Amino acid sequence: TVTPSSRTFSESISYPDESMDHSYEQRRLPVTQFTEDEEMVRDAARHWANEELRPLVREMDDEAKTRPEIVQGLFDHGFMGMEIPEEYKGSGMNFTSACLVVEELSRVDPSVSILVDIHNTLTNNAVRFWGSEQLKEKWLPRLATEAVSSFALSEAGSGTDAFAMKTTATESPDGSYYTLTGEKLWISNSREAGVFLVFANANPSLKHKGITAFMVDANTEGLHVGKPEKKLGLRASSTCPVVLNDVKVDTADILGEIGLGYKYCINILNEGRIGIASQQIGIAKGCMDIAMPYLNERAQFGTKLADFQGLEHQYAQIATEIHAAELLTYNTCRMKENGIPFVKEASMAKLYSSQVAEKAASKSIEWLGGIGFTQDLLAEKFYRDCKVGSIYEGTSNIQLQTIAKRIKDEYR
Amino acid sequence: MRKILVPIKRVIDYAQKIRVDSSKGPQGVQLKNVKMSMNPFCEIAVEEAIQLKEKNKGAEVVAISVGPKQCTETIRTALAMGADRGIHIETKPDVRGDYVDLQPWAIASLLKGVVEKEDAVDLVLLGKQSIDSDCGQTGPLLAGLLNAPQATFAANIERGDDGSFTVERETDTGTETIKLNACGKPAVITCDLRLNTPRYPTMPNIMKAKKKPVNTISLEDMVKELGLDLDEVLTPQNEVVEVYEPPPRKEGETVGSIDELLGKLKEKGLVA
Repeated sequence: TVTPSSRTFSESISYPDESMDHSYEQRRLPVTQFTEDEEMVRDAARHWANEELRPLVREMDDEAKTRPEIVQGLFDHGFMGMEIPEEYKGSGMNFTSACLVVEELSRVDPSVSILVDIHNTLTNNAVRFWGSEQLKEKWLPRLATEAVSSFALSEAGSGTDAFAMKTTATESPDGSYYTLTGEKLWISNSREAGVFLVFANANPSLKHKGITAFMVDANTEGLHVGKPEKKLGLRASSTCPVVLNDVKVDTADILGEIGLGYKYCINILNEGRIGIASQQIGIAKGCMDIAMPYLNERAQFGTKLADFQGLEHQYAQIATEIHAAELLTYNTCRMKENGIPFVKEASMAKLYSSQVAEKAASKSIEWLGGIGFTQDLLAEKFYRDCKVGSIYEGTSNIQLQTIAKRIKDEYR
Repeated sequence: MRKILVPIKRVIDYAQKIRVDSSKGPQGVQLKNVKMSMNPFCEIAVEEAIQLKEKNKGAEVVAISVGPKQCTETIRTALAMGADRGIHIETKPDVRGDYVDLQPWAIASLLKGVVEKEDAVDLVLLGKQSIDSDCGQTGPLLAGLLNAPQATFAANIERGDDGSFTVERETDTGTETIKLNACGKPAVITCDLRLNTPRYPTMPNIMKAKKKPVNTISLEDMVKELGLDLDEVLTPQNEVVEVYEPPPRKEGETVGSIDELLGKLKEKGLVA
């Protein structure tokens, strides 16, 4: 028996147009209905990613290096200063727009989108939120127009336990500068970075309450970027140790207040992970972009693969989960933009989106069969790239803890 | 250079699969929930206008579109590419456009009125045709109505210091170069694929576009202002008899060798 799987029942009759029944004040737009500007942003990012980035993706992955012209293109198109205000040479847009850019870039190359994500949602926003006027004037225009940034937090001995960092910052006798010593590890964008947001402890006796955030120019004497890690995925994204050998940093380059660095990094990571969720959604959609046309084209036993019920069930499931991840993530963006507490939802978004990306990547290779297992297609790259989603910017286990704590408290 | 007018059309996005209900005649093309974008040839026209503006300081690029409320999105894209202001002649939701009511003659009549009203228009740049109705008539009709020099299918445009335009045109037999002399009328040029590669808006330009003025006027008001007749404008010159999807492509034949290929071609009388 042949099931009429391609018959669509809903298209054959018309429904009354109910969209005009409620007054505008009562109507709520769906979360996935973006503004005109946001749609333009999405289109521009998609267009750039497909025209300029796509041809270089495989090569950059093979060589484990991001091409300088790609980095330049990101600056030229305004992707690097998404939320930086126009008076500081940025694009002056909102958080949702930044996430849409990350999603669209991820759909083509997550190694490039992570550079954009860390730069916008971690460094740039931390500077905007907690930097003095002087610090913002010094750094934001550079960040918007020519300097890639790295978020230098993790060390060999401190990943999840970020507060256990050993990098120290010692105040000079006259109090005009600090000397930073230590070694950061796993630092993304480090090879391309023009500036590092370095977290160091200025008063270890106060434990984490001594942690301070410093803006450090990449050319500062004593700062060395080590050899990049050879990774499973996100290979074109540089992940290197960053050694600080008596690096002198002017007190004017302290972000915010001494000893509040721990608060800044927790808070900025709480929102940065929404960007990671967008990245993971982009990965999942990128996998579907490769697999679905193939399923619609390839036939075995006289039937298109897309018409076999077993596969129908699988891609329907994945598509549903991608959509759920989208709703979770972009709703959280709107919560943040509206000043509604969003820490739980941000954790949920990152946790869930990374799970969905991994499933989508794995399944898409199965659907593609033999060719999915070769490097002829980018599916195998997405499979390798997605794995870090459950690890960086807060592991999945930590996300579960964060969510659990809040659920528990809600019911107390 | 003073003003460059660029008429742009909002059409079904070129990458969308078109769905047709042939029982509905010309209204059968499914438009609900379908992604719409600027006509690709109109994008090329906008790009050319901006490039000319960049070469001629002081030139103003005006994007104009006739269509429903959502045309403002299309105009905003033109502004984000670098156009200076927009004009939106807004049609009511029941005006379907294309095939059904508004056709090139009506559009050209409206544009003629706008050109005369704007005054100081040195150039009208249009896409060679739209990808929905593919008429390719609006540009030439406009030139005729204005009694203006025209060049269609432009692959290259050069502006002379005397205000003339030298245009390389694509024809079926090759490229032809013609010169449109400055004559007190705007030059009317339609743009073809090879003319340029349209830029995509950068983030800062998308933000700048929000501040650029877009003047919206209803079709009824514009028609009245230009002294045209609304019924005439909305009555199509051509009646679309049937709209249907092309029949599915028949499967080809696979041959095993060059000899077999030649044999087959000879059989079909395609080679001697």
